[in-house]
Amino acid sequence: MLNLAILLQAESELLPWQQSMADFFFSDGMVTLGTWIAAGLTLFMFSFVYKDNPLFRFGEHLYLGISAGYLMSLYFFNNMKPKFFYPLMPFLDVSGDTTLNLWVLIPGILGLFIIFRLIPGWGWLSRITFAFYIGGFTGITLPKVLNGLLLPQFYATIDRIPYMVTSWDELVLLINALVLFVGALSVLVYFFFSVEHRGFVGGVSRVGIYTLMIAFGASFGYTIMARVSLLIGRMQFLMFDWIGEEIVGRIAVLFHGG
Amino acid sequence: MGYLLKGHKPMRNLIRLATLIIILACLCSLPAIGQETGAEVPDKPAAAGEPGDAEEAGPEALEDADIVIGMEPAGEEEASAVEVPLPSQVTVGDLPNDDGTAVYLTWDAFPQETSDVTYTVYLAESRDGPWFEAVSFPANEEYMEEYGHYFPGFFWFQKARHPKSRHVVIVEDVRIGEFNRTGEEIMLPEPVGFTIEPNVGPKNEDGEPIEPGVIDELTGEEVVSQKFVEVEPRKVGTMFLKLTSTVNGETATYPEILEVGARQNWFDTGRLNVLIFAVLFGATVLYFIARARRDPDLFIRKISGLDAVDEAIGRATEMGKPILYLNGMSSLADLPTLAALNILGRVARRVANYESKLTVPCRDPIVLTVAQEIVKAGYADAGRPDAYNADDIFFLTEDQFSYAAAVCGIMMRDKPAANFFMGYYYAESLILAETGASTGAIQIAGTDAPTQLPFFVTTCDYTLIGEELYAASAYLSREPLVLGSLKGQDMAKVFMMFMIVVGTLLMTFGVNFVKDLFKALG
Repeated sequence: MLNLAILLQAESELLPWQQSMADFFFSDGMVTLGTWIAAGLTLFMFSFVYKDNPLFRFGEHLYLGISAGYLMSLYFFNNMKPKFFYPLMPFLDVSGDTTLNLWVLIPGILGLFIIFRLIPGWGWLSRITFAFYIGGFTGITLPKVLNGLLLPQFYATIDRIPYMVTSWDELVLLINALVLFVGALSVLVYFFFSVEHRGFVGGVSRVGIYTLMIAFGASFGYTIMARVSLLIGRMQFLMFDWIGEEIVGRIAVLFHGG
Repeated sequence: MGYLLKGHKPMRNLIRLATLIIILACLCSLPAIGQETGAEVPDKPAAAGEPGDAEEAGPEALEDADIVIGMEPAGEEEASAVEVPLPSQVTVGDLPNDDGTAVYLTWDAFPQETSDVTYTVYLAESRDGPWFEAVSFPANEEYMEEYGHYFPGFFWFQKARHPKSRHVVIVEDVRIGEFNRTGEEIMLPEPVGFTIEPNVGPKNEDGEPIEPGVIDELTGEEVVSQKFVEVEPRKVGTMFLKLTSTVNGETATYPEILEVGARQNWFDTGRLNVLIFAVLFGATVLYFIARARRDPDLFIRKISGLDAVDEAIGRATEMGKPILYLNGMSSLADLPTLAALNILGRVARRVANYESKLTVPCRDPIVLTVAQEIVKAGYADAGRPDAYNADDIFFLTEDQFSYAAAVCGIMMRDKPAANFFMGYYYAESLILAETGASTGAIQIAGTDAPTQLPFFVTTCDYTLIGEELYAASAYLSREPLVLGSLKGQDMAKVFMMFMIVVGTLLMTFGVNFVKDLFKALG
């Protein structure tokens, strides 16, 4: 109960011992220690590039456990507390912004039904929740997908083909329009499952798969660039936050001869 | 196209339907086409109505709106000393298709308007005022043409009915006030309804309000006090608007005070096309589901990657190694996850037949429970309920990269002979597939995540691209629901291909209405 009371307490109202803890964990020494731990764990995870090893396993299990626990606490503080406990027990909200709202009992009970899966013979109740969840979400998503994804794509696909080419720009426009027209139609034919892909349809669908592969190639290169930037970010953390700019500078001078 | 339609009566019907829609669209667009070519839209006779009637039908609504008072431009009896043009055909109404947060005011523009004339709209809580300036702009700005998307016609593509010959002002949630000379605004409490707080102005160091006309000791200038109007039309009920035009300091006021209220609209006519397409596609899918129930052998072409499923399970059995199956990173509400779970059922049945081991690490707790049910049912269907082990289908974490790290660890330690990556994936796809490839496992992926497909294509033995994932699900399960959905989608594709061909041809010759059918306004 004490833990629950602490969890439900407003974050801004720190008790003296909580304030002391916060001061301790954000002190310079602890921040430095945190950087060393982060750098060590980063190297543990990178060691997987060589092969599976105990250091990687340690990092992997720690990462898994911490992330599961952290996300659970996030769900509690960001969802359960403000959206379920406070509306049911407004007196717990010290800010006084929440009023009693018994409607939250409905999603609360639906959530409880999922936990009933752990009780033999009661598991069928969870199907009510799943039906509500999938049905409701699909209903909300369908018009959004039509309005935000499907129709705009068709709108963009239907375009003028400039048949009178008098300049270089118009030639580029013509090529662009033809690629779009042929590419979109052939890809649609490739994803047509009601006829065998033989003869004319087979030929068109082959153009479609080539179009897809060219698009995938472009996407591959683009995404790899983004991944490399992630790696650069992690290397910058190791070099500047952990090793330190001064030492990195000296090493650089050593290699470049100064 | 003819080849595609051969022997498919529903397809022919769909094409006929598409043709009918195009003809209807042509007929409905005739006034619009006329407008684009310079035809004049005649003014309708003036009419008066109740506040808030205008939101139903866009331009028609504008014409039948709350208050329409025909006025001759100034210059005759009502002209002031200076020739000040007086607004005419002024109309107010609730802004259509909104959530009740705005009203509009529109009036006829004069030919060759210039910035010399300034229009100003005032608003008040009661007919007697006090009046506060809501918006002011030069007469050569703010035309209906620019705001046409706020006023779609009964058919959303009737956009050209909004001429440049009318001005429009949209009054939304506003906070209107005069500022003191330093330009610093004093923040007031959150707006609640329609409150007028005159004389809430700048304060001196002691926090006392500086009254209008007081001389600031520091600057020696007169301090203009602040007056604020907080307007939240949804809560107001009725508000009153006044319109003036000003030239060279001379002002002419439209003689009528306009009364209007904002309302929430249940139906957004700008999204009518979404409704039509949803109903059309939904009906097609329902028709094919019914057909699939009668005839479960509806034709679906063979998908090459699916043969590899049995091959991979057989290989794992021969090698005595487990099979790893991932359902993707998204939740049960996403279609790729549902397709992945369908395929999992088939894989579970095969695995049970071959007495292999199936490992399913899950990222989503709800997916976990469904996956457990599906695998259990698969083992039961295969006559091996005793072989089912609930611990083989387990939850790892919801965090993306720790999940990836854990799956990589499983791959390296258990060395599964076959890896299945079905469902939706994000940046972890390459990490997973590359690690799997390094263990020598046969890998089959299926996803509709366009950014991750290239990684699966390059690292897996077989990849189900995009909709092939759903097709695979239908092909394997032969369930009428999935099968019918797939056939329905195929018909929708035929319809779309037809529309693309016709639309592009018409666009090429300068006719846009087929393209506009797909315009999403909402």
